[in-house]
Amino acid sequence: MSSGVPVEQAVEQVFREQYARAVAVLVRVFGDVDVAEEAVADAFATAVQRWPEDGVPPSPAGWIITTARNRAIDRLRRESSRDDRHAQAALLHAGSEPVDTGAVPDDRLRLVFTCCHPALAPAAQVALTLRLLGGLTTAEIARAFLVPEPTLAQRLVRAKAKIRDARIPYRVPAAADLPVRLGPVLAVVYLVFTEGHTASAGNRLSRADLCAEAVRLGRLLHELLPDEPEVTGLLALMLLTESRRPARTTPDGDLVLLADHDRSRWDAELVAEGQELVRACLRRGEPGPYQVQAAIAAVHSDARTAAGTDWTEIVQLYDLLMGLSPTPVVALHRAVAVAEVQGPAAGLALVDQLTLPGHLVHAVRADLLRRLDRRAEAAEAYAAAIDRAGNAQERSFLQRRLGEVR
Amino acid sequence: MTQYLLSVVQPSGDGDVLPPDLDQIMADVGEVDRQMHEAGVWVFAGGLHSPRTATVIRVTDGEVLTSDGPYAEGKEHLGGFSVVEVPDLDAAMEWGTKLSRATRLPIEVRPFQGGE
Repeated sequence: MSSGVPVEQAVEQVFREQYARAVAVLVRVFGDVDVAEEAVADAFATAVQRWPEDGVPPSPAGWIITTARNRAIDRLRRESSRDDRHAQAALLHAGSEPVDTGAVPDDRLRLVFTCCHPALAPAAQVALTLRLLGGLTTAEIARAFLVPEPTLAQRLVRAKAKIRDARIPYRVPAAADLPVRLGPVLAVVYLVFTEGHTASAGNRLSRADLCAEAVRLGRLLHELLPDEPEVTGLLALMLLTESRRPARTTPDGDLVLLADHDRSRWDAELVAEGQELVRACLRRGEPGPYQVQAAIAAVHSDARTAAGTDWTEIVQLYDLLMGLSPTPVVALHRAVAVAEVQGPAAGLALVDQLTLPGHLVHAVRADLLRRLDRRAEAAEAYAAAIDRAGNAQERSFLQRRLGEVR
Repeated sequence: MTQYLLSVVQPSGDGDVLPPDLDQIMADVGEVDRQMHEAGVWVFAGGLHSPRTATVIRVTDGEVLTSDGPYAEGKEHLGGFSVVEVPDLDAAMEWGTKLSRATRLPIEVRPFQGGE
């Protein structure tokens, strides 16, 4: 049949596109996350062996799901004869579920809400989502979040045990509960994205693979919940942020501020897609924090030059955002926008009222003080920011600025 | 169906100071109890006397040791509990939310073993 390389690529492509769907169907069939994961892994391992000889089947996803189901049933039969209660329960469950490999689209959505159930700790929600919906390995997730692999493996084991023992349901919440239950789902996806955008520690400024994964999850959510404006808002926010990636760093990997971006390097396709999504969700007239942040990103994208940015509109959007989510971080960003409209002194007055942990507040203060030519104070603030910044590229940027004010 | 223990997490130390709205709290808790019966999920429920009334018994090498007071003093103690039988954690959490609202206290939701 076909040569080995394209088949390998085909398996990889099916894995990327169909892993979540396969796991989701199998969780429904067996009522057990572990059984589903193992079965799907088994099926892909079989595909790697068989497809080079037999060729890629006409419906690869259907083949994976059917193979996974059959293999799991064989394995569970062997185990249940040894008196394994879980295996028996999973078999019983499989007997009562229709063999539907046509994949009801709801299955992945159910899996999303199980992974991001509020009874699971946020760190466990993130790990489960990346594992079960993203198909990332335990090692990959551990590396991405700089957690030792055994710690992450244990986190996953505990989360799956809680899903099973506490009976966290495999179900899309009722419409009335959806707004509340959607909160952690969006938070998980955005956390994966922001961690990819500016890694909280390490040497590289961003980890593109995490951003790509978050965007993929965001697209999936948008496909499954097209009528939830905050889902659309989150996807738009990620796409517009992602569009600036080519301009965010110099060829040497140094950080470039938004004001200094070479805007011709922005990804025009992502900008267009993001802006269209922003318009689509804002038309619904139910603004939420993600939509407003996306709208702010869209205003930046509209400006051909940094000087052409409509900061007045950005301040208005931050006012709206403060009403929806009055956090110190939002207040800090608003202060930056106010400084652009009313001058650095007005921004500084706002920043000085804020107390929040991390390096960002010190970096913003330092910049405003520098622009006011209060050099000694600026140097102090840069030093405080450098002390607190975990990302090496951010630190070296702050170090350069510190050198300029000294 | 699975049974869940809904524990009322009561702050220790101020056991002698009764909340001013105790009558309202007792009425609200009674109403949740009534709703549990009505929904057919009620298995058992009860309020507990203060931890000072507790006695700990321990058998070591066949010998029975008895000590006065709770096993461990904590900032919180088990003030009372309800046991409900429901299909899943979401349903248990809904009853936990009602009970927390009524008691004005945190509720710990925990599954019993052996549910099917």
